[in-house]
Amino acid sequence: MSIPAAFGYTRAGSIDEALEALAANDDAKAIAGGQSLLPLMKLRLAQPGTLVDIGRLAELRGVSTLDDGRVSVGALTTYAELADSKAWHYGVISDAVPSIADVQVRNRGTIGGAVAHGDPNSDMAAVLLALDAELVLQSKGGTRNVSINGFLEGPFQTGIRHDELLTQVILPAPLPNAGSAYVALEQPASGYAMVGVAAVVVKGADGTVVWASVALTGVSDVAYRASAVEQALVGTSGDAASVAAAAAHATDGRQVNSDIHAGSQYRAAMAAVYTRRAIEAALARLG
Amino acid sequence: MTDVLGKPVKRVEDPKFITGKGRYLDDVKLPGMVHMAVLRSPYAHANIKGIDTSAAKRAPGVLAVIVGSEITWNPLPMAWAAGGSSGIQNNVNMPRILATDSVKWTGEGVAAVIAETVEQAQDALELVQVDWEPLPAVTDTEKATEPGAPQLHENAPNNVVFEWQVGDKAGTDAAFENPEVHIRQRLVNNRLVPNPMEVRGDIGWYNPGTDEYTIWMSSQTPHIQRLLLAAFVTGIPEHKIRCISPDVGGAFGSKIFCYADMALVMWASRQIGGRPVKWVEGRRESFGSTIHGRDHVTYVEIAANRQGEVQGLRVKTIANLGGRLSTIGPGIPTTLYGRILSGPYRIPNVHCEVTGVYTNTTFVDAYRGAGRPEATYVVERSMDLVADELGLDPAEVRRRNFLPNDVFPYDQPSGLLTAVNGQKIYIDSGNYEPAMDKALAIAGYGDVAAKKAEAKSRGKLLGVGLSTYIEVCGVAPSKWIGAVGEGWGAAMWESSNIRVHLTGKTVVTMGTQSHGQGHETTYAQIISHELGIPMEDIVVQHSDTQGTPFGYGSYGSRTSNVGTGAAIKAAAKIREKARRYAAHMLEASVDDIEVEGNQYRVKGSPDKVKTLQEIAFALDLAFDTPEGMEPYLDETAYHDTPNCTFPFGTHIAQVEIDEETGVVDLVRYVAVDDVGRKINPMIVDGQLHGGIAQGVGQALWEGVVYNEDGQLLTGSLMDYALPRASWLPSFELDETVTPSPVNPLGVKGVGEAGCIASTAAVANAVIDALSVLGVRHLDMPYTAQKVWGAIQIAKGGVA
Repeated sequence: MSIPAAFGYTRAGSIDEALEALAANDDAKAIAGGQSLLPLMKLRLAQPGTLVDIGRLAELRGVSTLDDGRVSVGALTTYAELADSKAWHYGVISDAVPSIADVQVRNRGTIGGAVAHGDPNSDMAAVLLALDAELVLQSKGGTRNVSINGFLEGPFQTGIRHDELLTQVILPAPLPNAGSAYVALEQPASGYAMVGVAAVVVKGADGTVVWASVALTGVSDVAYRASAVEQALVGTSGDAASVAAAAAHATDGRQVNSDIHAGSQYRAAMAAVYTRRAIEAALARLG
Repeated sequence: MTDVLGKPVKRVEDPKFITGKGRYLDDVKLPGMVHMAVLRSPYAHANIKGIDTSAAKRAPGVLAVIVGSEITWNPLPMAWAAGGSSGIQNNVNMPRILATDSVKWTGEGVAAVIAETVEQAQDALELVQVDWEPLPAVTDTEKATEPGAPQLHENAPNNVVFEWQVGDKAGTDAAFENPEVHIRQRLVNNRLVPNPMEVRGDIGWYNPGTDEYTIWMSSQTPHIQRLLLAAFVTGIPEHKIRCISPDVGGAFGSKIFCYADMALVMWASRQIGGRPVKWVEGRRESFGSTIHGRDHVTYVEIAANRQGEVQGLRVKTIANLGGRLSTIGPGIPTTLYGRILSGPYRIPNVHCEVTGVYTNTTFVDAYRGAGRPEATYVVERSMDLVADELGLDPAEVRRRNFLPNDVFPYDQPSGLLTAVNGQKIYIDSGNYEPAMDKALAIAGYGDVAAKKAEAKSRGKLLGVGLSTYIEVCGVAPSKWIGAVGEGWGAAMWESSNIRVHLTGKTVVTMGTQSHGQGHETTYAQIISHELGIPMEDIVVQHSDTQGTPFGYGSYGSRTSNVGTGAAIKAAAKIREKARRYAAHMLEASVDDIEVEGNQYRVKGSPDKVKTLQEIAFALDLAFDTPEGMEPYLDETAYHDTPNCTFPFGTHIAQVEIDEETGVVDLVRYVAVDDVGRKINPMIVDGQLHGGIAQGVGQALWEGVVYNEDGQLLTGSLMDYALPRASWLPSFELDETVTPSPVNPLGVKGVGEAGCIASTAAVANAVIDALSVLGVRHLDMPYTAQKVWGAIQIAKGGVA
């Protein structure tokens, strides 16, 4: 049966109203597109006392370029809206978004919702980790900016406080000498990544890799940056052997998930394969 | 008027469906209707020590809370025990309307709440307190009969439901005495969840004013359900029950059966004084409240000579039937499986033993193909195992074993087609090589080696697999399949009524039931052809026990073989009466009346003619009716087809496996099917497309997983993968046409053929791709993880 338990509902007319409502109710939860929260509520796995509907706050929607060249994505921007925005220039985003769920979900699901929900298999978690995105969190007490690296704490656990609203996701300014890509091995039923890897690489004028960020989702209890892979890659020419050697570190120091679809041995092996493929695809975009 | 028979006429039912105007069970809303929710067991095996419903009864909007011990009606009926009139022991345990003392699978119904709204019913369900005594569970098909396994039922020692056999044991044992080639293989046929797009549901309405019950049900068999509910479950007289199937959004066999919820909504409506009670299962709920399919473990042995000619097939199968039995559960892995284990081949000696077992799992019954996909899998894997053993081409091995085209009607020499009462059926027709040759040509089978080399250069293992299947469908006649023979508890004929009204408009009512196959189109095409009435002047009605003649419903691809026979017979009666009346109108002898389309004319006098519409008009008014002739054109016919039909064909799958990840990609699919003559080739293609996709699903993605406690780990569509259009290539369909001699149209049935053929084709393709690494067999589904594991082991690693 898919009927949620009884809950209260408040539609916020402004960000201030939303923050007020969140602060006033300990068991309140913000809802935007509802594509993650509502299914959990229908199964009664989530039973929030009050939903604070922020879905109509136009000021949280849309993609813009900031003065410093960085790209700001409003938290209510849907996956579908990314396709027509500056964010689509990041290969890692244009790779990942079309394979997220289905058209209906992409039309309703929001970037902010995906990040705040903290799903350990979220494609966007890896994408935003690899892009080293910055998050803007607002509460009645003020506004703070945090890196996504460290914000994702565990399965469905993030650094967002109960009275806070995620308002913006800020992406780094695009670099001409950067390439990025996302590849995933999807679990056929759910479509979630059993292994999803986002890679961003930057090459110097001499052709050596000067910067690399590689993030994995679906592999462990939280999406993570594979720093051992990054360290092994930087300083190389990005040749096949170096990439393969670096990718072998994809799960270093991580407890690898195991379920009926992918046991830990298979998942770890695929983490290495898909890490290699993501880096290769990112390098290929450098030309 | 153009003849529409055999033409790809657009489906007349589609405008309502594609504009959202279909009327499915959940669209039915009745005055005063209330809602039911069912509490389902969280345990696979447990005793019920007590149920406290007091808090639920006090919850807002609750009208009644029902537990099993209050219900005085009987458990559900067993309508097909294995072995039929041979009288072999079946240790039968049927579900009660709600469980009373114990539960046998996660999802078995325990209590029901009736409330004003579905939300209130659901909320109150959480207040029902059950005192459980959990028991150890067994879910594995093979472990169920092992010593020490948890026992489900006192009357079923070692969890055995039945032990059944078919074929020639002595002859088969002799064939295995010194065979040149002796192959043994264990095969697992994975358990599947049918998952029609529309889940099941019922509305029960007891009318205290008339003491009558009406049940709307998402069912393939409203007439059978009325009979079973009346005669076996409730004791309510049959004429006091009316069953209605509104539009049914897919079924695949899962809506053939008598389910507890049908009786439960009747009981509930009476308990609350006659308000209609609706229950619609949730998708997750359906994984435990609607049957599963397949789930066999088979040990096959093949005796062959060095030329690859198979001389003996010995099959031992354990069939998992779940925690209790579904309506015809035992009939599926016996009659519909063992009796076609010789496939299209000249296998002189076949013997098959089947043990049905209870486990703490959802009950198992017919799912699209029902026994025949399992048999095809055994036979077609066997052909490839012979080819592999002898280093022969799989197509060549099949060619050497095919029945020649001059043996039909064919009686299988091991007695597979002879019922226990001695009644025989025959393979009606066949011509297997041309279908295979056509498929091989389309698929470019001669170039496989080059294709494999090219794929290898891309890191892919390419494989090609054949399935040269036959199936048995349109199961008939009653004296063969019925209780006196194979054990199906009823008959297998069909019915049709045709009324040509005063205006010439025509109403056809059928005993069969359409749940997506387009009967409203295909029957109209047939009647239009038979009587010369334009299709748009014909309406086809079905699925309401009030107003349609009794019929056994639609399943087993039986509508085309059996239902069309009834329609043609009724049309012939209409034609004959019209001819007699035309003779009266035209003052001619009946023998002198010729019929062409809707024209009834006097031989040699082309201007002396009456149309069927004119005849209907005059016969309705009946101002001038000859002595002894009744008014009106209204005829009913019942038809029991003399034999089953046996569609066949060759399917060829081509897969590519990513050697690094194990991901299997179905890149090409060729199907040449012979389903006899076609009523509507577009609908036939649609049935084949859907069936092929479903069979591919079993091979590549679908498979139920229980943990050791009996929890269903693939308990929703988040973990149970159904095939998606984007994962499939564009199917390349072609045909041969060998008309069936057993029905007037020469048709065979096509609802299941695609599904029966495709699983084995894909399995053979995957194993062909892996054979370069030395892999000889792998069980389905071929998930990436499983294939990767097989590759690691083959390469000498561990996985």
